[in-house]
Amino acid sequence: MTKRILSIMALAVILFALFVVMSSTAPFGVDKTTVSHRYIYQGVKETGSANLVTAVVLNYRGFDTLGEVTVLFVAATGVGAALYSIRNPPRKKSKVEASLIVKTASKLLFPMMLLFGAYIFIHGHLTPGGGFQGGAVISTAFVFKYVSDTRYSIDHIAFTKMESAAGMVFAGLGITGLIIGGYFLMNILPNGTPGDLISAGILPIIYIAIGIKVGAELTGILDRMMGVES
Amino acid sequence: MDVAIGFLIIVMIILGVYAAETKDLMYAVVATMAVSLIVSLLFYMLQAPDVAMAEAAIGAGLSTAVFVLAIKKTERYEHD
Repeated sequence: MTKRILSIMALAVILFALFVVMSSTAPFGVDKTTVSHRYIYQGVKETGSANLVTAVVLNYRGFDTLGEVTVLFVAATGVGAALYSIRNPPRKKSKVEASLIVKTASKLLFPMMLLFGAYIFIHGHLTPGGGFQGGAVISTAFVFKYVSDTRYSIDHIAFTKMESAAGMVFAGLGITGLIIGGYFLMNILPNGTPGDLISAGILPIIYIAIGIKVGAELTGILDRMMGVES
Repeated sequence: MDVAIGFLIIVMIILGVYAAETKDLMYAVVATMAVSLIVSLLFYMLQAPDVAMAEAAIGAGLSTAVFVLAIKKTERYEHD
């Protein structure tokens, strides 16, 4: 017990010291960087994307996003590798059937949830949201399907193919930019009018690819976990 | 506005401590889900709808599903 109290006190002292040092060196509410001004005032003009977050995430920091997608891919591969030996047997039929309300609601809502996820990532350069959010919504729709139908299972081959194709589109666009413009993920298509559905060059294509990839990967992770014997 | 944000943060802290302390893991998962929902509401109030969407879909939806699955395949109660 004394050890616990001592460690909490030590933590409090360290945190307080950190807080004092940080608050004295960096004044609160004053930005010292100039790059944010460039993003806010030039972002829409330079990228053609009405959603500034997308402009930063996919255009200025597109390479980081490729890294994020790679992290998610590695995580999905890790889950698949850890649960590989128990992947093959078909999904065991659960003892508890879903109620009629859940079944009917899932039949009605599943296509709408898919459509909403697709809407989020297709309009990622116009409205809040994007590939990651849309993909997550799509895999939530599949969770709903799994809950309502005890025999449901996804088509693994189709999902893997879609995921690989989407990943290749992202990397391929980056390399095309490297060949044509001289740097990775260069915006090779015209910007268009900010606010139009077809605008912002390659950003919508990348977000559609990310949406499909994230949706397929997260659904794959859930499917692998469903298949584990208890 | 500030009062609402402060209230939500206090509820969030209480739920977080409860999730860490309770022995029933299913309750803990539901508490973490509620924390995620409140965080996404806070993000929305602070005008970050992008992050709010990601938090609501992943934090409240998917990670809860993964946790519930893991609990169903293992044990529900935490032992000392």
